[in-house]
Amino acid sequence: MIYLAAAVVFIPIAKKLGLGSVLGYLLAGVVIGPSLMGFIGSEGQDLMHFAEFGVVMMLFLIGIELEPALLWNLRAPILGLGGLQVLLTTAAVACLALLLGQPLNAALALGMILSLSSTAIVLQSLKEKGQLSSAAGQSAFSVLLFQDIAVIPMLAVFPLLAGSSQGGSHSESSLRDNLPAWGQTLMVLGAVVVIVVAGRYLLRPLLRIIAGTRVRELFTAFSLLLVVSISVLMSLVGLSPALGAFLGGVVLANSEYRHELESDIEPFKGLLLGLFFMAVGASIDFRLILSMPWVILGLVVGLMSLKAFILLGLGKIFKIKIEQNLLFAVALSQVGEFAFVLLSFSNQSNILPQSTVSILTAVVAISMAFTPLLLLAYERLIQPRFSVQTTNTREADEIQEKHPIIIAGFGRFGNIVGRFLRVNGVKATILDLDSDRVDALHNLGVKVHYGDASRRDMLEAAGAEDAKVIIVAMDTVEQTLDVVRVVRKHFPHLQMLVKAENIPDTFELMDLGVLHIYRETLDTSLRMGADALQMLGIRAYHAYRNAGTFRKQDEKAMKGLSAIRDDKKLYINTVKERIEELEKLMSGERTTRFNPSGLGWDEQSLIDEARQEE
Amino acid sequence: MSRILILFAHPAFEKSRVHYQLLATIRGMQGVTVHDLYETYPDLNIDVRQEQGLLLQHDIILFQHPLYWYSAPAMIKQWQDLVLEHGWAYGRTGTALRGKRITNVISAGTKEDAYQPDGWHQHPLTDFLLPYKQTATLCNMQYLAPFVVYGTHQLDATSISEQAISYKQFLETLRDR
Repeated sequence: MIYLAAAVVFIPIAKKLGLGSVLGYLLAGVVIGPSLMGFIGSEGQDLMHFAEFGVVMMLFLIGIELEPALLWNLRAPILGLGGLQVLLTTAAVACLALLLGQPLNAALALGMILSLSSTAIVLQSLKEKGQLSSAAGQSAFSVLLFQDIAVIPMLAVFPLLAGSSQGGSHSESSLRDNLPAWGQTLMVLGAVVVIVVAGRYLLRPLLRIIAGTRVRELFTAFSLLLVVSISVLMSLVGLSPALGAFLGGVVLANSEYRHELESDIEPFKGLLLGLFFMAVGASIDFRLILSMPWVILGLVVGLMSLKAFILLGLGKIFKIKIEQNLLFAVALSQVGEFAFVLLSFSNQSNILPQSTVSILTAVVAISMAFTPLLLLAYERLIQPRFSVQTTNTREADEIQEKHPIIIAGFGRFGNIVGRFLRVNGVKATILDLDSDRVDALHNLGVKVHYGDASRRDMLEAAGAEDAKVIIVAMDTVEQTLDVVRVVRKHFPHLQMLVKAENIPDTFELMDLGVLHIYRETLDTSLRMGADALQMLGIRAYHAYRNAGTFRKQDEKAMKGLSAIRDDKKLYINTVKERIEELEKLMSGERTTRFNPSGLGWDEQSLIDEARQEE
Repeated sequence: MSRILILFAHPAFEKSRVHYQLLATIRGMQGVTVHDLYETYPDLNIDVRQEQGLLLQHDIILFQHPLYWYSAPAMIKQWQDLVLEHGWAYGRTGTALRGKRITNVISAGTKEDAYQPDGWHQHPLTDFLLPYKQTATLCNMQYLAPFVVYGTHQLDATSISEQAISYKQFLETLRDR
């Protein structure tokens, strides 16, 4: 209950402050943790195990979204970028540890442990900010994936590092402790094979049977059981359950039940992942930190800088653009949740002493807690600087053409307008803010200029002084409104045709005095509606004309509604009236069965008159 | 056996009594193609090549439509303007339609006696159809006597059915002659 309450209290606050939910959870964990309020404490370790289930589920979901074909497509960044990151970081950390006087096996273990990053925090944060599909997001994903895979060989190698002198004398209950080192390695590989084979040949028929019962709860229960049993199996052989779940997910990615599984597990994942973040927050041991603040802080900063530096270098080699590369480096600079597992594992197998492990646990937790903060700092401080700079360097040399039309924003909407104008022999000067899109269009031979159309000098460079028309089709309302304001202020002679996404956008544009507003989905929706009418047997011409009438009426109504939209009650009443009016109009209650604008074809009055005369 | 193409145009067919019955009666007739223009081109954006292709496949062309303001609905005019291209339908090289026969199938609101020199409309109906006749001549086609259903404002269901049957006979005669 404390956890739920903390989540309910902290998440909205964090969101409001623009911090993202991950940081909210972490903070909640810190506050209710043993160091501050002490609501929770002793059970922290158990809770951590429980909450790790969130990570397990996340990896299962990631796996299920990854079709083997997609994995194959990403093989270059996964193997290259991910492999190099793990290798280089491991080597660098191990060298440092050696210099600090650690024995070779401990140094190697440290290197491997600290080379990992947090899949949970990074993916969740990037997803919330919508950066998962950016170049940085894709690269980060590849690296994380490689790391998650690399945990298998790491776990397999650790017993070898421990040497033969240590063995099954520890408290861990997993089966493999009783085996010699090579046997453990074999067992790990065996478990992976079992999952793949079972997933392929056993699970699908089973899923079919369960789906056949059409009891939804059963399916949910089975999904959970599936993930749980994979985890148990993996723990039994002393492997990372998260990895097992990931593998299970990939195996099931091509199955027809993929989406059901996804939607069934998603809510559990969200909650447990939140719990996990809180547990990380709670596990930060402030007493230990306070006892040696500089050592720990130094370790955190040093470690994160080292990792970021290596990532930055790799990004450069893999030709990631500088601003994306920075994001990539910052995002992955922390140490991940697998480190907790590996740390306790290496403690149990006597590779690392308890004191080192507790210090490092604190370091890992702090570095994880820093990540959302760093991402926030990146977003607020670094990113804006870069977009401005890039604009400057790209705008100056590129715009030499002058056309009567300027298109601001060449996404899916502006794109169609531009193509239409082009086939009609009308050339337009095109500005777009999405550098990836600009590059992609360049490769297609379309001349698009990277630049921010809400800047006066940019518009000037695009020939706004002499142009006649500007089409504003930016990706977001904010950008659209910015462009409209600048055009109104500095280039009032330009006729503006503006794309709006929805009704509130439309109102805002009306407030700014824009006359030509085009709601993105209006025409398509009506075309679909007209087609639906035709499928019901209504004449094509009738459907077509009625769609036109509807559109006209709707746009007219929109103008009236704009004025009264702040008065909620009046607004709702008026909308109701308009809907009724429109229905009356379309059904032709006042006139005939036909659309009122088709009155000329209605013979009824003529027939009546003719019959009277007879 | 001749092949007949009916170019049907009625902007409000869903309300039609007469044309509905006419078309229902001749449905499935061998050698007769009914081409519903408003249904095919609700936006009046006519596919000229397709229309010309259809014309080439048939021997007899009929414009079937209600009479609006002494003329056809807008779609027929649009069709003529676009499909009967110079160099294809008329002009020195425009021989695509040479020898085909063509006429109108019309419903008129008022009775036949209104279409008399001393009647309400002061002209026989064929006077108003002069543009179609002359178009046929220009395209080297032969203009036939039109099929007219008069006085639709007063027709009851029985007489509409009678008209439909004679329409079917009219088509049969054209087809088999």
